[in-house]
Amino acid sequence: MPFKSTVGDYQTVATLETFGFLPPMTQDEIYDQIAYIIAQGWSPLIEHVHPSRSMATYWSYWKLPFFGEKDLNVIVSELEACHRAYPDHHVRLVGYDAYTQSQGSCFVVFEGR
Amino acid sequence: MGGVFAVASGGIHVWHMPALVSIFGDDSVLQFGGGTHGHPWGSAAGAAANRVALEACVKARNAGREIEREGRDILLEAAKHSPELAIALETWKEIKFEFDTVDKLDVN
Repeated sequence: MPFKSTVGDYQTVATLETFGFLPPMTQDEIYDQIAYIIAQGWSPLIEHVHPSRSMATYWSYWKLPFFGEKDLNVIVSELEACHRAYPDHHVRLVGYDAYTQSQGSCFVVFEGR
Repeated sequence: MGGVFAVASGGIHVWHMPALVSIFGDDSVLQFGGGTHGHPWGSAAGAAANRVALEACVKARNAGREIEREGRDILLEAAKHSPELAIALETWKEIKFEFDTVDKLDVN
């Protein structure tokens, strides 16, 4: 009798950081996450890296951190500008928490290839 | 007191995730032992299931949802994209850890 397994395969594809195990976010879902960073009073900043270096400790800054930026549209247009300038790079958004001196939130918005 | 990490450990599984995220927040350690290795497809699938459940709860919380009240919906929604989580939810749905506390060995 041929062996027929009832055991499924588990996820083996490479994932990137927070929310990496979830399906790609829609635009509205990404906006919700950006709005959360702003609402927490965290400083948004954008980083990017070529996929071949994505495991590197440091990714490159896109411009400087947007200290005190409260406008969601500014962050969205900066993310898009970074993606346009580096279409093959991963682009992530960090919410830097100045009180805990660490990242409050960090997730990849555009995946390079 | 200096900075500390809250640790949740012992008898926790995917169904506890909304409560854990809501109580402990981002800066915490969630130690899923049996809740990982007890997955019918093995430890790696268990780890994936827990990660999906955690990320779904964090994402929902950030988007302004009340994750403790809507926890069940959030987990079932996430399970649509993750067969590992679907199996984990099925496995642990009837399991509760309700034991009396033991303050002395129950041997004669």
